[in-house]
Amino acid sequence: MNLHELELHELKAGLAAGDFSATELTEHFLARIVQFDPQLNSVVTSNADQARQQATAARGPLAGLPLLHKDIFCTEGLRTTCGSKMLGDWVPPYNATVVEKLNAAGMVTLGKTNMDEFAMGSSNETSFFGNVHNPWNLDFVPGGSSGGSAAAVAAGLAPVATGTDTGGSIRQPAALCGITGIKPTYGRCSRYGMIAFASSLDQAGVFARSAKDCALVLEAMSGFDPKDSTSADQPVDHYLVELDKPLAGLRVGKPREFFTAGLEAGTGARVEEALAELEKLGATIVDISLPRMDLCVPVYYVIAPAEASSNLSRYDGVRFGYRCENPQGLEDLHTRSRSEGFGREVQRRISIGTYVLSHGYFDAYYLQAQKVRRLVSDDFARAFADVDVIAGPTTQAPAFKLGEKSADPVAMYLNDIYTIAANLAGLPGLSIPAGLVDGMPVGLQLVGPAFTEGRLLNVAHQFQQATDHHRQKPAAFFGGSR
Amino acid sequence: MSLAVEDLERLARLARLHFSPEDVTRYRDELNTILTMVDTLKAADTSGVEPMAHPLDMAQRLRPDAVTEANEREKLLAAAPQTEGGLFVVPRVIE
Repeated sequence: MNLHELELHELKAGLAAGDFSATELTEHFLARIVQFDPQLNSVVTSNADQARQQATAARGPLAGLPLLHKDIFCTEGLRTTCGSKMLGDWVPPYNATVVEKLNAAGMVTLGKTNMDEFAMGSSNETSFFGNVHNPWNLDFVPGGSSGGSAAAVAAGLAPVATGTDTGGSIRQPAALCGITGIKPTYGRCSRYGMIAFASSLDQAGVFARSAKDCALVLEAMSGFDPKDSTSADQPVDHYLVELDKPLAGLRVGKPREFFTAGLEAGTGARVEEALAELEKLGATIVDISLPRMDLCVPVYYVIAPAEASSNLSRYDGVRFGYRCENPQGLEDLHTRSRSEGFGREVQRRISIGTYVLSHGYFDAYYLQAQKVRRLVSDDFARAFADVDVIAGPTTQAPAFKLGEKSADPVAMYLNDIYTIAANLAGLPGLSIPAGLVDGMPVGLQLVGPAFTEGRLLNVAHQFQQATDHHRQKPAAFFGGSR
Repeated sequence: MSLAVEDLERLARLARLHFSPEDVTRYRDELNTILTMVDTLKAADTSGVEPMAHPLDMAQRLRPDAVTEANEREKLLAAAPQTEGGLFVVPRVIE
């Protein structure tokens, strides 16, 4: 049986019906990882032995269903690297709340996925453990920073995987790998045990083959957590119940700033087709404006590095993580441990962050960025007075080739031009497959007001009931079966 | 404005990083490219706008000042590069 072709909810039903056991399911995906991951480099640490034990003992609403965790989530007793030499052999003494919740739901952890170092990247090329390949064409990037999770789900190495999204790190790789990925509202999932990059932007989420599968897992991993001081203290909606609502009367905002010269023609065409499909389902497309879109990337590259430079000061070679050989005094210990332990992109961002926070520049950069951030948030509030959701492309173009943008940091940063705004405003966003351009997938992005994950998943699910873009699979990993 | 090599060396020192002579010019050029992009912010009219530090404008929660966590000293020390007698070890600081 080709278990890797089934969606998570189908696997759940199969387990309940006794068509296969949790052990068979776990063994199937562990074997897929051994067979196919050498081509992708999407898994950095296997959890095979523990996974087999979890499968036999599993209880809970998602009992026996396997997943991969992005290697940014702390897993007790299982190496957690965050894609960095700095944490190359670090074994956390505790679980992230997201991991704890999914364990409690009965899910089986197959392993940990590759990622850009400390989640800083849009191509998965900054990982200390080497780049990840896109399953649709191994010469192309999978996107980033959660590139390993996206590539693994797209190639059928796991039915679902966790990710994190600070400026697009779930939605962009979901789009480039042709799967569904959701970043919920800031504060919806606990950040406890999720290694910090930019604390006012970071949010956990999930990758799957369909919106319905995302709903299943997101509901289990969301909720208030007293261990995260920014966790949202409000009940989690029942996303599955909302999926079947018809879209008649839905008002969909189409921001004109997303459809300008930078948008590659094929990608634009797929997105227009997707919007037409939503219209057929009863939605009304409304032309809207988000006038500060062009300022989102600049705001992000002040706020995110500033927060990162502060968060990453904890890596000092003393309490945990990499320590240099033969330190000559404390300053040498700090300096060489950090210079040898961090890769180039991380050192670049720490430097930017240190600069924009330094004496004399704080007001002009950091404070100004925080003010423009509010203007961006206000633009969304104005738009949502007229529409229920906003829809547009997730990225400007399909995946690019490995190495193509490595030499130009600004060109790389512009990959997130359509996704960053939702992080700045703390809003939920998701990306669903919208078809192929020259054989490579592109995504339709939906963004909603705070805590409307249920609505976004509903729109995505209705779209997926009427189309089959999300059922397209990279042939090299699904040989002859479809 | 544009950063010079000396500015990069000062930033590196503040961030406890060290750039080799070959690297420092490359970092300088990359940072200047990024800052040119970021400088477009300066033209935005933000008079009368409150800075937004947090996406949901929430206040910091308080809790009663009571011990809620177990002492996990041994578990935490186990991850350190060097420990002795329940303490983190660093190079000699005071001669």
